[in-house]
Amino acid sequence: MRDHDHFFSVVNAVCKVEVRRDDATTPKTIIVSAEDIPAVCSLLQSDPSCYFDMLSCVTGLDNGLDAGTMEVVYNLYSIPFNAHLMIRTTVPRDNPELPSVSGVYKTAEWHEREVFDLYGIRFTGHPDLRRILLPADWEGYPLRKDYKHQEYYRGVRVEY
Amino acid sequence: MPTDRVQYQFKEDNLLQSEPNSLKTEELKAEEMIMNLGPQHPSTHGVLRLEVLMEGEIVNKVVPHIGYLHRCFEKHAENLPFNQIIPFVDRCDYVTSMNNEHIFAMGVERMLGIEKQIPKRVEYIRVLVSELNRIASHLIAIGAYGMDMGSFTPFFWIMRDREHILRLLEWASGARLLYNYIWVGGLYYDVPIGFEERCREFVRYFRPKLKELEVVLVENKIFIERTANVGVLPLDLAINCGVTGPMLRASGLRFDLRKVDGYSVYPELEFSVPIGEGKMGKTGDCWDRTWVRLEEIYQSLHLVEQCIDHLEGNHKRTREFDPQAMVPKKIRPPKQDLYVRGEMPKGELGFFFRADGKSDVPLRCKCRSASFVNLSVLPEIAKGVLVADLIAILGSIDIVLGEVDR
Repeated sequence: MRDHDHFFSVVNAVCKVEVRRDDATTPKTIIVSAEDIPAVCSLLQSDPSCYFDMLSCVTGLDNGLDAGTMEVVYNLYSIPFNAHLMIRTTVPRDNPELPSVSGVYKTAEWHEREVFDLYGIRFTGHPDLRRILLPADWEGYPLRKDYKHQEYYRGVRVEY
Repeated sequence: MPTDRVQYQFKEDNLLQSEPNSLKTEELKAEEMIMNLGPQHPSTHGVLRLEVLMEGEIVNKVVPHIGYLHRCFEKHAENLPFNQIIPFVDRCDYVTSMNNEHIFAMGVERMLGIEKQIPKRVEYIRVLVSELNRIASHLIAIGAYGMDMGSFTPFFWIMRDREHILRLLEWASGARLLYNYIWVGGLYYDVPIGFEERCREFVRYFRPKLKELEVVLVENKIFIERTANVGVLPLDLAINCGVTGPMLRASGLRFDLRKVDGYSVYPELEFSVPIGEGKMGKTGDCWDRTWVRLEEIYQSLHLVEQCIDHLEGNHKRTREFDPQAMVPKKIRPPKQDLYVRGEMPKGELGFFFRADGKSDVPLRCKCRSASFVNLSVLPEIAKGVLVADLIAILGSIDIVLGEVDR
């Protein structure tokens, strides 16, 4: 009953844009469009047949210059049903922006700040979107595939 | 004008530019002031900086600033083969390296599809060293917390007893803290001859010492009055903030990934999961967190004994046993995304991998660390407390900044 097909149909009902699935990953994935992410998360959290009450991890991904896209992966977990779900979305590389889920899961606040810090993906509606791990005046986003670090930071050579 | 000779260009406003305050002085109310706590302060357990908005003794808001110990783990991991990432995983949480290695190795094995083929003896040794390291981590948590609360002697006791564990692990792996002992597919080496006997000896020696720690520190009246009813974390907030590990269990949920996921040989071992019951105050207060950690040490000792029984019984050391037998010559997982998680002493340690199937290095290796997420709950539970209680709450979260900043 509470398998991937069920989650897929629940998510499919709320999304405006077509939803796809990817069963090759562990745990299985639902691919949704960026603007549907908060609605999907809020439904998955509140729906009594899913009840994904914990957001384990938010991961940013850069597919490189050739693909021209970046991805954000959400790992959800349901404590009462012991069910896992991965939600994946793609954003364009030149204007990476998607709505924040920190209104649904408080834990997303810091995770999204980390993704913003290392990838430069902006989360609209985030209460406090600042750099978290790097200094505020650091240049560039280090985990992007085309990242070139600055030569000097406050007189210290960055190259080791 | 940067030159190679100048190590650091000092300017008075450097800190304000690199880590600007998020609170504005213009917006303060009449009695409020901004206080800076850390990054160099012993009660922040490392290099954590807290920006505290205070009204007299009352804390109105806390803004943590982290990243002073950022070592680019994820950037390094994208440039290294899987087996060479393990030393970096050690350095994530440098007091529980074995647990980190265990979970990382498990994830890569799951990607390769050899998780079920690992010899049982290897798995028992992994669990044995992980549980020993879990005891060491919880000892640090309790002892350092005791020192935060003004009790100095137990810190020396736990350091003495932790040293016994470190000596054991050094004997097995050659290093005191950063082991690189658990490899993908096996172990660096079998445990040395006589290791089981010494572990038994340690457990025999340590049980009464732990009781002593319990009586002198955890059940101490001063300690209880400092920690009971302080920093109460309600269960719904804990789950919404993604808090895991002893903090979540102290809030009253019996949730331990060793039981829930049943990875490695944990299903074959017998242990119970202690939860906070609000014995001294409300469920989920600072005292409950310390108590859960203490009870977990007892459970870990029980697990260590069971592992030794297995290592001396069904899965004895033989001349033919090779702990590196299953170690792959080339670690090249097929193309996939995988999220793996496991219980380390602070909570859920997760790794997100993306392998492309063409190279030996991961395209992406994200580390979801427990301390990072657990620390993010601090601004929620530290509203309206006293400054002294803020230190109590921070200590009870048990953060290791190496893992927060990675």
